[in-house]
Amino acid sequence: MTDAGFVIAAYGVILGGIALYAALLARRLGSARDESGRTDDSDSPR
Amino acid sequence: MKTRILGFVALAAVIGAAVNGLFVVPADLNQGDAQRIMYVHVASAWLAYASFGVTALAGLAYLIRRDMRLDALALAGAEVGVMFTAFAIWGGMMWGRPVWGVYWQWEDPRLTTTALLLALYVGYLLLRRLTDDPARRAARAAVVGLIAAVDIPIVHFSVIWWRGLHQGPTIGDPSKILNPSAPLQFVLALLAMLAAFTLVWVYLLIRRYQLARVEWQLEEDARRGRVAAARQVAVPSGVEEPAG
Repeated sequence: MTDAGFVIAAYGVILGGIALYAALLARRLGSARDESGRTDDSDSPR
Repeated sequence: MKTRILGFVALAAVIGAAVNGLFVVPADLNQGDAQRIMYVHVASAWLAYASFGVTALAGLAYLIRRDMRLDALALAGAEVGVMFTAFAIWGGMMWGRPVWGVYWQWEDPRLTTTALLLALYVGYLLLRRLTDDPARRAARAAVVGLIAAVDIPIVHFSVIWWRGLHQGPTIGDPSKILNPSAPLQFVLALLAMLAAFTLVWVYLLIRRYQLARVEWQLEEDARRGRVAAARQVAVPSGVEEPAG
């Protein structure tokens, strides 16, 4: 593999991984809020 | 809403820093294009330290104040930290193969202690699944998070304390802050990536904290439901439950 290949692999996995984690987190948070009946960003207990 | 705006700002910052690191800053004379991996590798490693630092401090504060919000913050730090540690290792491997000739070397103290750090915090996350009692889980996790944090300075100073394949700090060493062993353009690109990754880190930490709080609330609701159901079974219908 060339240097460019290693650079693409590094940036692809790291930036793609962060994006994937952020998307999964948003999905988990959305479904947890649906289940609990909360829709806002606040942290105050019900 | 503010968190969402932070997310968009972080996304724009990462795109800008990545374009700068990949296309604007010149390639290194000796390492070639592989040096560009340093921007994401080093930023990931620093944020891994920061994440586990948050976990340790929040855990310590939990043991003192017994506030479940602190446990949620500790959990958020650990999960985000595991992700950034894995990315730091991956980036290091992708840089190591073209520059060192190997992806990994177990004899290197920095690499081995970083692998240990990852294992410790994966263990921390697994430990949290062993009990359903939130207070017991939080206390156990806080102790483990504090013990595991001992590895953070060991990882950081391993390149100074022991000889290995990994080079010493480029700008992290206090004596090199005003005289870094890399060209200024490279240092600025690294700092730009670090700033962008820090925005992403704050965003992810807030989101994971919010998720932990909602999950804790759901757990509490389920526990109260179980207690209420048990009381209904224990107290015959038509008989009034004694006060208190």
